[in-house]
Amino acid sequence: MNRWLQPRQIWALATKEFRDRLRNRWVLAVALVFTVFSLVITYFGSAAQGQIGPRSIELTIASLVSLVIYLIPMIALLLGFDAVVGERERGSLDLLLSLPITRLELLLGKYAGLAAALTLSTVAGFAIVAVLLYQRFSTAGLFHYLGFVLSSVLLGLAFLSLAMLLSVLARDRARASGLAIALWFLLVLVFDLALLGVLVASGGAFGGEGFAYLLLLNPADIFRVLNVFSLDDVRRLYGLASIVPPSLGNPWLMGAAMAGWIVAPLALASWRFRP
Amino acid sequence: MTNTSAEALVIDGLSKRYGKGRTALMALDGVDLKIGRGQLYGLIGHNGAGKSTLFKLVLGLIEPTAGRITVDGIQVGGRDFRRARQSIGYLPENLVLYDNLSGLETLRFFARLKGAPLAQCGELLDRVGLGSAAHRAVREYSKGMRQRLGFAQALLGAPSLLLLDEPTTGLDPSAIRQFYDQLDQLRQQGVTIVISSHILAELQQRVDRLALLASGTLRAEGTVAELRERSRMPVVFLARGDESTRRQITAALDGQPRLVVRSTEDHLLRIDCPREQKMPVLQQLAAAGLSDLQVMEPTLEDVYFELRETP
Repeated sequence: MNRWLQPRQIWALATKEFRDRLRNRWVLAVALVFTVFSLVITYFGSAAQGQIGPRSIELTIASLVSLVIYLIPMIALLLGFDAVVGERERGSLDLLLSLPITRLELLLGKYAGLAAALTLSTVAGFAIVAVLLYQRFSTAGLFHYLGFVLSSVLLGLAFLSLAMLLSVLARDRARASGLAIALWFLLVLVFDLALLGVLVASGGAFGGEGFAYLLLLNPADIFRVLNVFSLDDVRRLYGLASIVPPSLGNPWLMGAAMAGWIVAPLALASWRFRP
Repeated sequence: MTNTSAEALVIDGLSKRYGKGRTALMALDGVDLKIGRGQLYGLIGHNGAGKSTLFKLVLGLIEPTAGRITVDGIQVGGRDFRRARQSIGYLPENLVLYDNLSGLETLRFFARLKGAPLAQCGELLDRVGLGSAAHRAVREYSKGMRQRLGFAQALLGAPSLLLLDEPTTGLDPSAIRQFYDQLDQLRQQGVTIVISSHILAELQQRVDRLALLASGTLRAEGTVAELRERSRMPVVFLARGDESTRRQITAALDGQPRLVVRSTEDHLLRIDCPREQKMPVLQQLAAAGLSDLQVMEPTLEDVYFELRETP
């Protein structure tokens, strides 16, 4: 039974990571970042069109999606890139691994603690926004907003999982941070552009329904599809929406794909993080 | 299952190779060791001799290329690896603790992971003299205090085997003395202690046995006296006296042409005596009335340098 995961060990590691982030005010700072940026976007998102103040909840969510898609992957990558390689570089990893824990428990414990900190800051930040905007929420709007917050949390967890993988793969902290920045550029900025580029350059020859499923290769796009393409009012505003088949808008499919992006990098990290 | 064998740590044909092909490095090559329960055991060797690799293998941090390690009869890295690790306390050479935690929080964190009672943390802090600093952040600790906290961490869960890598680094002389006093108490309680150290003078008077590693192989193993015998280094007799004393000694040692009396820079007379002749020579000198005689055994450092080069 000794090789089986022991929740007690994961819990001990997770609570330390979580308390560290509470103590150094990381959770508070990130929650405030979400709140402030969200409010700015909510109130001034339509300034270019000569309007100021909150708009429909769907348009507000669309604006928040644009914010979250840049912000959360970066925060998650910054939070997690150091988790294992930092311990290794500082020299504390050997002492931890000399204790009666498995490497998988160490990975999962660290991931769980960091994930809890990221989730708390995300939920707290958007909860403050929700309180400030509660008069504008219809039941359907509230439902959409909850979906948005949940998908934001999943997006964070997916990028945190990728950060853990980088942290295991990288030889030192400098390389890990470089990889984290490169991954952020690739998935948040380059991937969509590349897809659109292929679509336009090929004159639509690669634009069949199957092409749209390439979006599943990027958790940021899954998040976008989950939020934007399920909102009729804003679907037409996005170029890529023209290639997304309705089946891809199924939240269960997208949720499962996001879960895959949480589990797969962690599994790969665990396989790579062997003696 | 309680193990009642006399050996706390058994290392059998242990080898570790890093890398493959032409760039492969044999960090340990066929090392056999049996360390008895309740012993204070020294592990000496130059940098890169294989001491840290040996510790890492015993802790299960890396996997051996060949060989087997058992701690209290439990195979390291086997199905019972948690029990094996629970019975080991480890103080690494370059100890790094979490600066943002207090001393007490640090111990409580490690105690949870080790499955040790949390109530033990306060007692251990008192034991290493950090009771009054229990609630201070580790970032405020001096190097010596961190080292003592690391030692307390190693004692969590009352381990039966302690692996201490350069444990006195950063400790002042009085703290070093207290540290070895504590090791003595632990040894009397049956705890087996393996110390890796470069400070050979510290080990010389204190260890029960020693292993000398060089280039990944076990060059010598035994008590300090046994290693001295094995090194075949001469015993040195020093006598205070003038030219007439020299003649007196030469006359007493007549018939032993290998024994030459030389003068040292600090006006002493020195005789380098082969070990096997130590007692007869002493008797001859005593019979000649030379009572003010100093007998100097080779230090552990001398023995180390001699044996290190012996294949």
